[in-house]
Amino acid sequence: MAQKKAKIIERRNEVINGLQTFGTQIYNQLDQGVFPTINMPSRSTDNITYDSVVRQYILGEKAVSRSARNIRHIKPFTQLAWAAMFSNELTTQRKTSTLRDVYYSAQAYEMTFTDQQESNNIITDLETLTGFAREDFHIFPEERSAIFGDLNIGYTVPGYEGKTLNLTSHPDGVLIGPALTSSELLETKADKVIAIEKGALFTRFIEENVHNKHKALLISCGGQAPRQTRSFIRRLHDELNLPVYILTDGDPWGMHIAQVIISGSANAAHLRDLNTPDAVWSGVWASDIIEYKLPTDPLDEVDIKRLYELQKDPRYQNDPIWQKEIKLFLKIKRKAEQEAFSRYGLTYIVDEYLPTKLKN
Amino acid sequence: MAQATFEEISASDFFYRNRDIAGFTNPSRAIFAAIRELVENSLDAAESQKIPPNIYVRLSFEGEASKDTQIYKLRVEDNGSGIQPRFIPSAFGQVLFGSKYKLKQMRGTFGLGGKMAVLYGQITTHQPAFVTSSTGQAKIYSFKLMMDIQRNRPIILDRKVLINKDNWRGTIVEFTLEGDYLRAMPKILDYFKQTAMVNPYANLTFVDPKGRLYKFVRATSEMPEPPKETLPHPYGVDVELLQRLIQMTTYNNMTDFLTGHFHRVGAVTALKFLIFSDLITFTCREHGKIPLDQIKLVDNKPLCPTCGKEAQSSTKNPKRLSHEEIVRLMQNLKKYKDFLPPDASCLSPLGEELLKAGVQKELYPEYLVVHQRKPSTYAGHPFIVEMAIAYGGGVPKRGSFVIYRFANKIPLLYDEASDVSYRVISAMNWRRYKVAPDMPIAIVIHICSTKVPYKTVGKEFIADRPEVRREEANAIREVARQLQHFLSRQEHVHMEKKRLGIFGKYLPKIAQFATTLARQERVPDIDKLLKSVQKYGAEES
Repeated sequence: MAQKKAKIIERRNEVINGLQTFGTQIYNQLDQGVFPTINMPSRSTDNITYDSVVRQYILGEKAVSRSARNIRHIKPFTQLAWAAMFSNELTTQRKTSTLRDVYYSAQAYEMTFTDQQESNNIITDLETLTGFAREDFHIFPEERSAIFGDLNIGYTVPGYEGKTLNLTSHPDGVLIGPALTSSELLETKADKVIAIEKGALFTRFIEENVHNKHKALLISCGGQAPRQTRSFIRRLHDELNLPVYILTDGDPWGMHIAQVIISGSANAAHLRDLNTPDAVWSGVWASDIIEYKLPTDPLDEVDIKRLYELQKDPRYQNDPIWQKEIKLFLKIKRKAEQEAFSRYGLTYIVDEYLPTKLKN
Repeated sequence: MAQATFEEISASDFFYRNRDIAGFTNPSRAIFAAIRELVENSLDAAESQKIPPNIYVRLSFEGEASKDTQIYKLRVEDNGSGIQPRFIPSAFGQVLFGSKYKLKQMRGTFGLGGKMAVLYGQITTHQPAFVTSSTGQAKIYSFKLMMDIQRNRPIILDRKVLINKDNWRGTIVEFTLEGDYLRAMPKILDYFKQTAMVNPYANLTFVDPKGRLYKFVRATSEMPEPPKETLPHPYGVDVELLQRLIQMTTYNNMTDFLTGHFHRVGAVTALKFLIFSDLITFTCREHGKIPLDQIKLVDNKPLCPTCGKEAQSSTKNPKRLSHEEIVRLMQNLKKYKDFLPPDASCLSPLGEELLKAGVQKELYPEYLVVHQRKPSTYAGHPFIVEMAIAYGGGVPKRGSFVIYRFANKIPLLYDEASDVSYRVISAMNWRRYKVAPDMPIAIVIHICSTKVPYKTVGKEFIADRPEVRREEANAIREVARQLQHFLSRQEHVHMEKKRLGIFGKYLPKIAQFATTLARQERVPDIDKLLKSVQKYGAEES
């Protein structure tokens, strides 16, 4: 357990050191009387490739250079230096912030950003440069996903150090926010993680005692899972050695929600550990629609277009299940929501469908 | 059945019936025209003596005339040459009597302006005009005048002679007229401002009916050379003028007639022209009459083709020319290509320095460039185009260029869009000069000529003559080029300032943030870096 605890602190020290290294690099260049210059991987689309070994998108060899001597670079360069300093402050003082907050905080230093997009870009630059996610710098988006299950966590946020919480303590689940993601994962009786696309089914599962019946930690993704949720799933898998199952709607969009948890997104190609390659998409599959005779809606044009896109996506080439299900969707031209199981009664999905799926 | 009746009318009667011609179209235009004519007379009177003009104009309210018009008293005082007493009554009481029927550059050319104003005053208010003048001699003469419109004669109602104790010189004209000042006001104020612009050596004072004082103070006492009188140029001659010259001439041969009455015609030119138009015969003492196509000109002397001795020439007495010959002479004068162009000594352009001073004092622009073209001619009339471009500072931003047009130092305030300059300016490719219409730019165009090519009798815009158009276009290109240089220099300075500002703003911040991040105490010295961008300029990419 001491080892686990060390991990979170170690990570934080790495982040702080990374930022300090960046600052020292600029400082030394200035001190030697030269214009500071930095290099970082390019995030342009031609430099993003899918790596089938690490099973996620990665950035290629191309690098870009930012020099304070270039009149067009000096402003973003300064913004980057400021963002690093601001992140350093947040991390060392263990305060949290949001992207919106960053935008406004800059104004205190007469470092105006033209718009939110510009400040977001600078934060992404900082991620690329240091290899850490903005969540590591304590910059978080709005939380909207939750977790429920028998897991004890130990807080590390100021004022809560040493306090622990069992994640079954609140029936609505616990928000996956900065306090939770910065916590130590202490102890669990669960032997699996089930990530669910929609909040409604998450609540149903809690009511139906799925966490006990199936010894599972339940996660509500709230649609496309936020980055910190994806990174937390990765931690659950890595640190607690738990297999991860994903339940989504039976349509191309649900399929892709699962895929991003598994393989990550191109936008996050500069980051690692946001995806869980070993996670498994458990349904709802196109074949489930047939097998369980689920009530369906027809696929519309956008759905079909999306399916053809996914068919070519490199992330869908690893596991034959993807191609098989895409083809089937295109064949039956129907889709089904998770709630469709309710036609067999409220508990059918928990009592019949889930055990079968988990067994596979 | 009605009988057609014929009657003769006098010149003043004619203008009484056709006062639109002279600009007295309506009550607001009339008051503007009256002020303008008298001010221009005053300017001419001062300039002819090279006296920096002091002109005082007062318009005072006398009473209501109708719903829209009022009676005003107009008083114009100047320090000009003054008028000799015997000419005063006719100068203000007889239309088409004047000092301006000669060939030199003057502001008015009809000799109508002052008289029309007085005539208009008389017909609208039936009040006499008061004229006081002195040429600086011992006496001042004061007249109370009216005009006998039908007979075109002045009526002297009263005449006073005063002792000129202070050696005063100048003219004061005072009369009443009906008009609409409120409507005329913007044009009148424009008129004064623009007059001040092209007469930077004049003091102009205007007191309006509300008692408001407008003062335009001279910026210099330098004055342009007054124009010299000149003979008519052959290209500008018509049959009537030829006939008048023939009537009055004392010369009895064509060579002397041409050299004596025409501008830039000397003995050689006359000889060649007479050969060209078959108005000369040559005889050799030994070989008799020589056909014109065989005569040899060596060193401008006619030689007999057979013996090579100088031939005798003879021409007609101009008084013996038949009517047909006069017409052919006029046509040949226009056809002959080798007359020298008229010289510009009869013109009095403002000059680059004075134009600059005038525009500077009225517009106080950020940048000003002026250009004077070399003299040119159209139809035998010399003219000079002067051009200025003013940028920024007090120049108003209107979304289109502000154009100030002047002819013989008179502002042209009406019909801008009909003027040739407007077409020249519109036809310019301004983008080539990095100039956009929304910039605060004023263009000042002055054309001076012995005969300004007005398009209409209203004298408000210049006709589109190719010679004038070409001169204006060349002049405007020249000033536009210089403006372009200024603008790009300014842009460069601006960019450089901005660039240095950017480094100056951000480098210290980078140093500050880096120091905090690196946990250092001392902020690195960036002065050297800042200096380096200043000195050499940084690479731009």
